[in-house]
Amino acid sequence: MKYVDEFRDPELISKAAEEIRRLADPGRHYRIMEVCGGHTHAIYRFGLKDILPANIDLIHGPGCPVCVLPMGRIDDGLSVARDPSVIFTAFGDMMRVPGAHGSPLEHKARGTDVRIVYSPADALQLARKNPGRHVMFFAIGFETTAPSTALTLIRARSEGLTNFSVFCNHVTIVPAIRAILDSPDMRLDAFIGPGHVSTVIGCRPYEWIARSEGKPVVTSGFEPLDLLQSIVMLLRQLRAGEARVENQYKRVVPWEGNRAALKAMAEVFELRPYFEWRGLGFISQSALKLRDQYAEWDAERRFPIPGARITDPKAAQCGEVLKGVLKPAQCKLFGNECTPEHPIGALMVSTEGSCAAHYQYEHRKNLVSVA
Amino acid sequence: MCLAIPGKIVEIDPAQAHLGTVEVAGVRRKVDLGLIQEESPAAGDWVLIHVGFAMTKISERDALEQMRLLSMLGEAEQAMEEVRGYSLLDPAPPH
Ligand code: SF4
Repeated sequence: MKYVDEFRDPELISKAAEEIRRLADPGRHYRIMEVCGGHTHAIYRFGLKDILPANIDLIHGPGCPVCVLPMGRIDDGLSVARDPSVIFTAFGDMMRVPGAHGSPLEHKARGTDVRIVYSPADALQLARKNPGRHVMFFAIGFETTAPSTALTLIRARSEGLTNFSVFCNHVTIVPAIRAILDSPDMRLDAFIGPGHVSTVIGCRPYEWIARSEGKPVVTSGFEPLDLLQSIVMLLRQLRAGEARVENQYKRVVPWEGNRAALKAMAEVFELRPYFEWRGLGFISQSALKLRDQYAEWDAERRFPIPGARITDPKAAQCGEVLKGVLKPAQCKLFGNECTPEHPIGALMVSTEGSCAAHYQYEHRKNLVSVA
Repeated sequence: MCLAIPGKIVEIDPAQAHLGTVEVAGVRRKVDLGLIQEESPAAGDWVLIHVGFAMTKISERDALEQMRLLSMLGEAEQAMEEVRGYSLLDPAPPH
């Protein structure tokens, strides 16, 4: 338990670890998926794998928004920025993600007006300051960021600010979980539910996972103790043969979610009939697009979009890793062709991607111990 | 991008109640409070901020823990860079 000393409550951590060992049936192999990329990062950083008994496997889920975006969307978004009057804005996380013709950062080096923003509100502010230019915000993220984009669009519309648009790539987490559960090569016992997504959507949207699929779900905080407690709660349910949704992260997650955020999303967005996820393929009703009332602010309707579909390099196994079928190090490119310095797949770019997390905390460790 | 940043509301914009000045580890920036209007935000409240928008009110203790968590994850630097990057100044009035 190498990190235990720096934990806030080492004693509570040991107790939770003890309880996990007591609850886990040694004759059974547990596969628990943490859906959220923030959890994946925390699990690696805190070395929780070393605390858990060997028969509990944590499977990394699809909850890293940068990782699940198909490459063609990046190229489509950047194609708009070929018009010199357009300013392309996106979060910093997007900048190094490769499209078929390079990442946003590489486009910037070639002269495209690409700028990092830290908030959709900043992109709107840029539009206010540059009335002669068009500012497009390349929006990504689950329900944690979608309400902010929605509110930004509501503000743009009420101000009548038309030199601003959104290229919307917002996705919703629940259909992705459904797709993973439907996938024949996947066997999971329980879910650690996302933390900050759940502050927006609450806990109800997970109820079908318990009811129809018979799998327990516990929404969890990000601290080591939070995650261990969530695993205790899941094991208790599994042991009792129950399947319910429980909320470990009550201090932040209200059961009903954030009504104002849900209202803003409902005002601006509607579900796309289907959307492509990198590695998972097309998933129906899994992404958001702008409603007709917001057509004027919809980059996909204002600009001609090529609709690029680019397949990932053959040897890249991002899809299998995203679904949890393969572990990052089992991808043939891991650590050789694909590293955080030279990422081939998006899972290696974001700190929330499981390949980057595995590389940073496990692979380097092994290299050091070999040296 | 996915982990929220804790901050304290120091002032609500008198002209536009959906904007507030928030302090994060000594740095002050404007953030949008529109998503927590139902929680009646006020100066002195602690909030979790996500991409320039307050997402929920939290206790002071949880705010301090969240900051500590970000540094343990090696993301505190990045979070402060994000906060410093928020460029929301007083927007032009609606016309
Ligand atoms: S190592 Fe690279 S190519 Fe392989 S799954 Fe991870 S990100 Fe994809």
